[in-house]
Amino acid sequence: MGRATIETFLRYKHLLLNLITRDLKVKYRRSVLGILWSFLNPILLMLVLSAVFSTIFRNDVEYFPVYLISGQTLFGFFSEATNGAMASVVGSSSLIKKVYVPKYIFPMEKALYAFVNLMFSMVAVAVIMLIFHPPISWTIILFPLPLISLLMFSMGLGMFLSAACVFFRDVQYLYSVVLTAWTYLTPLFYPIDMLKGSFIYTIVSLNPLTWYVTYFRNVVLYGIPPTLQQNLLCFGAGALALVLGTWFFKSLQDRFILHI
Amino acid sequence: MKDVMIDVKSVSMRFNMASEKVDSIKEYMIKLAKHQLHFQSFSALKNVSFQVEKGEVFGIVGLNGSGKSTLLKVISGVMKPSEGSVKVSGTISPLIELGAGFDPDLTGRENIYLNGSLLGYSKHFIDSIYQDVVEFSELQDFIDMQIKNYSSGMQARLGFSIATVVKPQVLVCDEVLAVGDFKFQEKCEKRIRELMSGDTTVILVSHSIEQIRRLCTRVLWLEKGVVREIGETGPVCDRYIAAS
Repeated sequence: MGRATIETFLRYKHLLLNLITRDLKVKYRRSVLGILWSFLNPILLMLVLSAVFSTIFRNDVEYFPVYLISGQTLFGFFSEATNGAMASVVGSSSLIKKVYVPKYIFPMEKALYAFVNLMFSMVAVAVIMLIFHPPISWTIILFPLPLISLLMFSMGLGMFLSAACVFFRDVQYLYSVVLTAWTYLTPLFYPIDMLKGSFIYTIVSLNPLTWYVTYFRNVVLYGIPPTLQQNLLCFGAGALALVLGTWFFKSLQDRFILHI
Repeated sequence: MKDVMIDVKSVSMRFNMASEKVDSIKEYMIKLAKHQLHFQSFSALKNVSFQVEKGEVFGIVGLNGSGKSTLLKVISGVMKPSEGSVKVSGTISPLIELGAGFDPDLTGRENIYLNGSLLGYSKHFIDSIYQDVVEFSELQDFIDMQIKNYSSGMQARLGFSIATVVKPQVLVCDEVLAVGDFKFQEKCEKRIRELMSGDTTVILVSHSIEQIRRLCTRVLWLEKGVVREIGETGPVCDRYIAAS
């Protein structure tokens, strides 16, 4: 670490940008609506889910569509970022075998690419808010804070997964199951208070994704300013994930070449 | 005494054949139970040392499996040697396999930018060399077409043009001059000669002894990971041919 690391990063920052634009271009090439899908997708998904959860499973969450889309876009980002990062090193094997490139570029790029998509989804959240107009408070300007801390958390976890995946491809299959469980253990389409008193409540409230989603909803939907404890938890978890993920990645990266 | 551009000091590269093939937890557990994880080591390079000076065209010859490609990977930083050290002064441009960084879904133009940034060039810099790359590759009419519709020769031409349009301080080529038709091959050789006169150090691996004789100033003969001989192109090539 130190100056040399920063110099290398600066040298390759264009690669990072180019890879992100490549992913955006490739994703929507040959689709008529193109990038609009990043905005339409969360809205359509929200419509389906809110139809299901307001008719089949009744609940009395106020402004349910806004509640739903905010949780769903955040979790969607987390899932896209970690999944993308996990496959990134193995997927770039042909490159890694032939050219020297700092390897952390690959998981980092996937997390940032998912973050760009999240920005488009935020437009969808804004539109839904305009339609259902919940009371808006000044706290809404704080909305980047939960997103940035979630990006840190996802990138850290992504680094860990991408390195683990090089040695054991099982990680991919295992993680898809973990992610499904994780969806249900995050209050995305139910209010967390519904679980009070049961032992699942403890698990759900210890889940970092719950912290990020709650933080986001508090500032955007309920106008509740974040507490110090909330900030410490969210940014602390993000920083810890990033440090541990980077350390794990760094200590294994020289052996990647033999396994991909 | 000229500047030493590449300094390879007693480099050895060992692979653990048994554990390298494990990529699932199940296999790992089975091998662990059978105590098979730490046996069967294989040395691709054994105590290889040499220096390459500035402006040299340094050839590497040897039969398949003699460790040529491993040596190139160690020099270009893709692999870390198990023992010994490699020091390269200056920027290195790998031509190990042309178009390794191409994305088939992008157009030729987009790939020039992507590939250039893989070599660590900035956007601004690629803008300035873009025209030269396109002209050299002779792909003007196809530059906005997706690369997946290119023939392999066209891809190789584009890759070669990107890697050599800038004068890198060290250029590493592995069997790449065998691409394209004979006209383009001649053009590539001409480009390599230009680079040589411009102080670029070139490392060339080829099975074509003719090509090695034409281009190289010095040759390293590898045999089963061991340096058999280093010296003047002519005599080393003669003995290599005689031995194999």
